[in-house]
This record gives sequence, C-alpha cells and structure tokens, in this order.
Amino acid sequence: MDIKIDPIQKHLLEEVSGLHEIPVGAYNIRANGKGIARQCSENIEIIPKDDGTGIDIKIKAGTKNESVHIPVVLSQAGLTEVVYNDFYIGKDADVTIIAGCGIHNGGNSDSKHDGIHRFFIEENAKVRYVEKHYGSGDGNGKRIMNPKTVVEIGKNGYMEMDTAQIKGVDSTKRLTTAKLEEGATLTVMERLMTHGQQDAVSEFEVNLNGQDSGAHIVSRSVAKDQSSQTFISKVHGNAKCNGHTECDAIIIGDARISAIPEISADNPDASLIHEAAIGKIAGEQLMKLMTLGLTEEEAEEQIINGFLK
Amino acid sequence: MLELKNISFTVTDEKDKEKEIIKDISLKLDDHKFVAITGPNGGGKSTLAKIIVGIEKPTSGQIIWNGTDITNMSITQRANMGISFAFQQPVRFKGITVFDLIKLATGHDISRGEACEYLSEVGLCAKDYVNREVDGSLSGGELKRIEIATILARGTKLSVFDEPEAGIDLWSFQNLIKVFEKMREDIQGSILIISHQERILRIADEIIVIADGEILEHESAESFLPKLLNSTDGPGCRCWKREGC
Repeated sequence: MDIKIDPIQKHLLEEVSGLHEIPVGAYNIRANGKGIARQCSENIEIIPKDDGTGIDIKIKAGTKNESVHIPVVLSQAGLTEVVYNDFYIGKDADVTIIAGCGIHNGGNSDSKHDGIHRFFIEENAKVRYVEKHYGSGDGNGKRIMNPKTVVEIGKNGYMEMDTAQIKGVDSTKRLTTAKLEEGATLTVMERLMTHGQQDAVSEFEVNLNGQDSGAHIVSRSVAKDQSSQTFISKVHGNAKCNGHTECDAIIIGDARISAIPEISADNPDASLIHEAAIGKIAGEQLMKLMTLGLTEEEAEEQIINGFLK
Repeated sequence: MLELKNISFTVTDEKDKEKEIIKDISLKLDDHKFVAITGPNGGGKSTLAKIIVGIEKPTSGQIIWNGTDITNMSITQRANMGISFAFQQPVRFKGITVFDLIKLATGHDISRGEACEYLSEVGLCAKDYVNREVDGSLSGGELKRIEIATILARGTKLSVFDEPEAGIDLWSFQNLIKVFEKMREDIQGSILIISHQERILRIADEIIVIADGEILEHESAESFLPKLLNSTDGPGCRCWKREGC
C-alpha cells in the first residue's frame, strides 16, 4: 500500500477491512483523527465536513455494483474522537459500503472512537453495509467504540447490515435506529464476542412505518470469561409489516448476557416475532466433535467459530 | 480387537436408589467382524456403546483395545486410537457446515470433491448438501445420513453405530445396508451396530442380545438367526417384534 501508515495501522486496516492494498473504487481512510487518503469515483462523491469531523458520501442515483471503503484506525493511545459520516444513496443504486474501526492501544489512557453513521436510502436503492470492529495492544488504557447508526429507508429500498466485533474491544455501546417506508427491508446480522472484563451493549430500535416493510434482526454472540453483554431489540410495527428479531447467545465461563426483546404492534396487520436463547455450548456438541478426535478445547473453538461465522 | 472385561455401570436415581444399567458384561469383538447388538429398549445397549467410546465411564471393569487398557481414556484419546461413534440422535450445530463436519471427521484438509464422495455414498446429492449448515434446517433422516458419512470419512478400525436405521426412510434403508457392506470391504475394520432391524442382523457375523443389562445370547448370525425368526418367545424375537421397525 502506498499510503504512508505505520505497521500497526496497516495491521488494523487489514483486520477491519481486509485491505492489503488501495481499494478499488471510492475510499476514505482515517488514521489517528485525520483523513489520510481519499478517492472519489464518477458516481460516488466523498466530501469532508467543514469542521473535519467526518465525511458526506453521496452516491448517485442508478450507481450499480460499486463499493466504498471507509476504514478508521487509531494507534495513538489516549485519542478520543467523534466522527459523523452521512451516506446519501440515490434512487435505484446498488452499492456495498465497507466500514470498520481498529484501535491499537499500547498506552495507559483510554482510546475512544464514536462513529455516528447516518444512511439516507432512496427509493429502490440497495445497500450492503459491512462493519468490523477490532482492538489490539496490551496497554492499560481501554479501547472503546460507541457506534451509532441511523437508517432511513425509502420506498422499496433495502439495507443489509453485517457487523462484527470479535476481539479486543473493551467497551462498546452500539445503537442502531431505523425507519422504513413502504416495501422497505432491513436485514441485520450482528456477531459479537466479548472476553476478559469487556462489556458490550447493542440496542436496535426499528420503526416499520410503511405498508409491507420488513425487518429481520439476528444477533449471534459469545460472552467469555467475566465479560458482559446486553442485547436490546425494539421493533415497532406501525403498518402492515413483518418484523423478526432473534438473539442467540453462548455463555462461557462466568460471563453474563441479557437479551431484552420488545416488539410492539400499532397496527392489527403487523406481524412480529422475537426469539431469544442463551446458554452454554451443548455438551453433546462437544462430545460429537470429540468423537471425531478433537480435544474439548478444539471442539469449543470449532463450535464458536462456526456460530460466529 | 476390543475386549470388555466385567463391565458394570450403575446410576443413582432421583430417590438416591442405585440402578444397575450394565451388569458384569464381558465380550470380545474380533478384528474385521461385523457384530450386531439387539434387544429391548432400555436394556443397556446404548449405554454399552457409550462406555466403549468413552462418553460414559463404567463403574467397574476394563476395556481393552488392541492390547491397551483404555478404560480411563478420554473420548478424544479413544477417537484418535481408531474408535468412531455414530450417535443415535445426531447433533445439530449452528454455523458448522456439512463440509466442515466431514473435514473434521477426516482429520485433515480435504477438497469439496472428497467430501461429496462420502455424501454420495450415503445417498445424499452432494452438491445440495455440502454447503448447508448441520442445523435444524435438515430433516432427521438427512442428519442421520450425514452422521454416517462422518464415520465413513473417519474410516477407523472400530465403528460403533447406535441404531443407524432410526429415522431413515425406506429407500435410504436399502442404501444403508449397502453402505455397511461396502464399509466392511473398504475399511477392513470391525463394525458394531446396535439395531432392531432384521435386515441389518442378517448381514452381521455375530449377534449379541442384551436385555436388562446382561448378555442373553452371543453367537454367530448363522446359527442364531433361524432360532430368532422361528421362535415366538425368544428374547431377540421379542425385542424386535415389540419395537416393530
């Protein structure tokens, strides 16, 4: 990669966005509080906000099969930032947005990144949003990420969110809110793993306002050691709509998990479902893999890797 | 060779009352033999299989596998010494695919093509299944066949099957018999099958009848089967007629 970044930042970038080289298409890379590389494409414009607190991403109507990478890395201990990124996705567009945040904290003060992403998805537009959070470093300072995602989907629009926080983030408070118009669909797959003393809260609040709108929110999580997790999922059916929220969680060690689903129908034709299951790895799953020659630890790892895949 | 010496297994029930599930069972399973265990439900057959593979530890007695005492060995150690076990009720996994499971069973990296061969052997159209998760989206019969495919993929010297026919439809059942016959030729190992099915008993070399935690009969299929089929009150007949497969 030609961009001037240190090896730690390079590693973080690879972890959160899988980038080994400059991505194809539009991108904006932010490191230690500053934008360090940016490229627009013919259809995708990235405009820095005047006060340097984020970017506006404008995707032209009808843009097809293009992607935008917007990774953020922090390698300077003690850095705290709040970033506002606004995405405007034009009518009939079909794009993939790859975001991600990696924090390396080798110092004793906390590092914190709060990313506030707002999506304005116009009629018939389709967005796939991929976000990965990762932390590294052995300093006493915490690695904190509090992402807030605000989604507005227009008529027959579609958004798929695929988010993962698998390692190294000490504290996270995640809030996702969405409003859906007629025929719009939101699909969320959230994967979360906490370990040590980590704490994670993930909250969804979805308003299904339009006729035939739909939301499908799935959270799969693993809490290890003394970590704790809270999953709150609120789905309001305000029209004839379909809503489904599911939390599936595995506890290992002395971890704690709460799943708090809330579904409310303000329309007699709203159809809403919530499912939640929390428990240890089933003993018979471990046994089956052990009969294939795996040790108990290897079996546990396979089960978790599969579960969070 | 597998040898069980004076195996007993006792559990304590809710009222603190001891119940003997397996009562001083001794038997030898010679190399390259196909042995079927039959008998009434609740007689101790599945418990005995679990004791052999290490899921349950016997209260007393010894298990000798090829001259080594494996009584205190873990499930993993026994698996790595060449013992496989097909569960009566296959386990479901969220996120683990059929391919992942077969790969884990072989113990090394394999191609999708190789995994597909094992699936084809159990009568599953491989391309439809190899990428599917081993979860609730598969039917009981499909899971059962995948379970058998994992045993084929392991190809170990001892394969223990706990009621492989349960949940398998008629077409698959025909196929199942062929699978066992082929397995016997290919692997050249010993096969121990718990079954109520006459057709499985017919392809066995030896038949063991277990009831009430004890071995009632252990003899060659050749001499035992006619007795079993002609008798209306023999122990083996009693067991499979009652359970009517």
